Amino acid sequence: MSLQVTDLRVYYRTLAGDVKALDGATFSIADKEIMGLAGESGCGKSTLGNSLIRLDGRMRYIGGSVNLDGADMPIWDKDAMVDFRFREVSVVPQYAMSAMNPTRKIGKMIGELVESRGIKYAEIKPELERRIDLVGLGRDVLGQYPMELSGGMKQRMVMVISTLLDPSLLVADEITSALDVSTQRAVAETLVSFRDHGFVKSMMVITHDVSILYQIADSILIMYAGKLAEKASTATIINEPRHPYTQMLISTLPEVGVRYKEKKLTGIPGSPPSLLKPPTGCRFRARCPLAFAKCVEEPPFVTVDTDHQVACWKATGTDA
Amino acid sequence: MRQYFGRKLSIYALTFFIAATIDWLIPRMMPGDPIQSLLARTASGGATITPEGQKALIDYYNGVFGLDKSMPEQFINFWISMLHGDLGRSIFLHGAPVVDAIMAAVPYTLALLIPAILLSWVLGNTAGAIAARRRVLDNTILPIGYVLTATPYMWLGIVLSFLFAYTYKIFPLGGGYGFNLEPSMSLTFVQDLAWHWALPFVSLFLVSFGGWAIGMRNMIIYELESDYSRYLESLGAPQGLIRKYAFRNAMLPQITGLALQLGVIVAGNLVTEVVFQYPGIGQLAFNAIRSEDYFLLQGIFLFIIIGVLLANFIVDVVYVIVDPRTRVGMRGGTA
Repeated sequence: MSLQVTDLRVYYRTLAGDVKALDGATFSIADKEIMGLAGESGCGKSTLGNSLIRLDGRMRYIGGSVNLDGADMPIWDKDAMVDFRFREVSVVPQYAMSAMNPTRKIGKMIGELVESRGIKYAEIKPELERRIDLVGLGRDVLGQYPMELSGGMKQRMVMVISTLLDPSLLVADEITSALDVSTQRAVAETLVSFRDHGFVKSMMVITHDVSILYQIADSILIMYAGKLAEKASTATIINEPRHPYTQMLISTLPEVGVRYKEKKLTGIPGSPPSLLKPPTGCRFRARCPLAFAKCVEEPPFVTVDTDHQVACWKATGTDA
Repeated sequence: MRQYFGRKLSIYALTFFIAATIDWLIPRMMPGDPIQSLLARTASGGATITPEGQKALIDYYNGVFGLDKSMPEQFINFWISMLHGDLGRSIFLHGAPVVDAIMAAVPYTLALLIPAILLSWVLGNTAGAIAARRRVLDNTILPIGYVLTATPYMWLGIVLSFLFAYTYKIFPLGGGYGFNLEPSMSLTFVQDLAWHWALPFVSLFLVSFGGWAIGMRNMIIYELESDYSRYLESLGAPQGLIRKYAFRNAMLPQITGLALQLGVIVAGNLVTEVVFQYPGIGQLAFNAIRSEDYFLLQGIFLFIIIGVLLANFIVDVVYVIVDPRTRVGMRGGTA
C-alpha cells in the first residue's frame, strides 16, 4: 500500500465562512498504480492533490490522516512537510509553463534546488541528463533560460525536475489542460513511462478530462462537490459505473463512430451545490434522476465489489 | 548584439536631435524680451540711460547674443556652436559663458543628489525587502514609507528648515556655504559645506526612501506569490533560496527606477535648491527662467537631455546583463 488517505478534510477560509472543498476523503493508491482523479471544476480535486504537497495560505486542515509508505505525513505542518516534499511526494503543477524562475538558467536552478536539499548537483547530473534524453529534450536545455523553451518543452522539463529524486507519489495537476491533443498524448505517455522506469512509485493524475485517464490510468476516482463519489478500475468506471453521477458523466463523453448530427451530446442538468453551506445527505441528490427518500441521509463510501467503492444508496442496494 | 546596440544608438541620436530642437525652441516662445529685462536690471542699478543710448545698447546686446539674426540662422548657429562645445553666453550672468555657469553649479547638485539617491535606494530597498518578510516590520515600515512619500516635498523642506534652522538653529537656513567664507580647501570651509549640505540631503533622502521601500516590498510580495516561488516551495526548497530568487527578480524594475533618477540628476532638484537656497543646477535653471535667459536655459536643458539619454543607455546595457529575457529578444531581433 503506497498511499492511504483517511477521512481527510480541508476547508478554505473565506469571509463568508468555511468552504468545504474537501469533506472527508478515504481512499488508497497501490504501488505502481496510476490513479486518475476526475470531476468538474470546483469539486475539490485540486484541493485534494495540493493538500498532499502544500497547503496554501487560505487552506485549512480540519482533520484526517495521510500515510505514505507507512509514514504519517504531517500535512498541517508546513515545516515538517519539507522533508517529504520532492523526496517522497512531488508535484507537476498546473502552471508548469511558468514554474521555473525566468531569470535563471535551468541547469543552474536545478543545481541550486538539489544542493539546497543536500544533494550534490554533480552527482545527480548524469541521471538528470539521462532523463532529459528520455523525454526527448536536448541536453543543452540546462544552459538555457525557461523562455527559450516552448510550452511543451517546459512541461516535460518540469516533469523531469519534479521526479528527479524518485518520489514515491507524484501528483500531476491538470497537466494536459493547456496543451493540444497530440502533445497531451505525448505528456500522458511520458507519465506512464516514468512509472514504468520506476522514477515514481505511484501517481495521482488530476484532470477534468476523463478521456485522457482512459488512456493512462489504472483506476479512476470520481469526486463530486467535495466528496468522493466512486473509485474503481478504469474499465469498471467506463463500462459499468454504479454511481448515477459517474454514469451521467461517462455518458456525456462523445463516442467514436457516432454521428452527433443525429444524436445530440447531452450534459448533466443543473449545477453543483455551493460548498459554503452544502446540503445535508447526498450532495448530488438535487440533480440525481434516481434520488429517493433515503438520500437525505449521507451515503457512506463503501466497497461494493473488489477494488470498487461507491457512495450511493442505490448502488449499495439498500433500497428502503 | 552589434545590430541591437546600433539600432538603439540611432534611436538615441534621433531623440537627441528632436529634444535639442525643442530645447532651442521653447525659451524663444516665452513671452517677453531678455534684453529688455537685462537693461531694466541695469537701470534699476541707478544708471540713467537716454533713449538713444538705450537703442544703441539694445542693438549692441542683440548683436552680442546673436539675436539680430533670423530664426533659421539662429537655429543653425545653435547647432554649429554646440558641436564646438560652445553653449553661448548667459544674459543673466552678464555674458559669462553658459558652460562655466553650469560647471560651477554641477558639483553642488551632484554632491547633494548622488548620495541622497544612492543611499535612499540601497536603504529603501533593504527596508522594503525586510518588511516583506516580517509582519511586525511590515506594520511599521510600510506606514512610515507611505507618510514619507505622500508628504508634499516643499512642505517637508520648509518644516525641516523651520524646525532645525529657524527654531533650533542647528543648521544654517540656506546657501551652499557661509557668506563669511571664501571657497578653499581648508577644513573650516569643508565643515561649513557639510553643515549647509545636511538639511537638503536629509529632506531628499527621507522622501525617496519611502518610495523605494514601498516599491520593493510590493515587488517582493508579488514575486513570492509567483508560480516559480510556489513550485520551489512544493519541492521543499528552503525559504532562503526562494527569497534569493524573489529578491533578484524584484530588483529589476528598481534598477530601471534608479537609472532614470540618476539621469535627471543633472537637473538638480529645483524645489530643494530653491527652498534651501542651494547653489546647484536647479536654482540656476530657476533664475534662468525668471530672467528669460535663452542660452543658460538651453544649456541646462541640454545637460538634462544628455543625462537622461545616457542613463537610459546604461539601463539598456545593464538590463542585457541582469535580465536574460532581454537577451532572447535581442537574438530574435524584435527589440
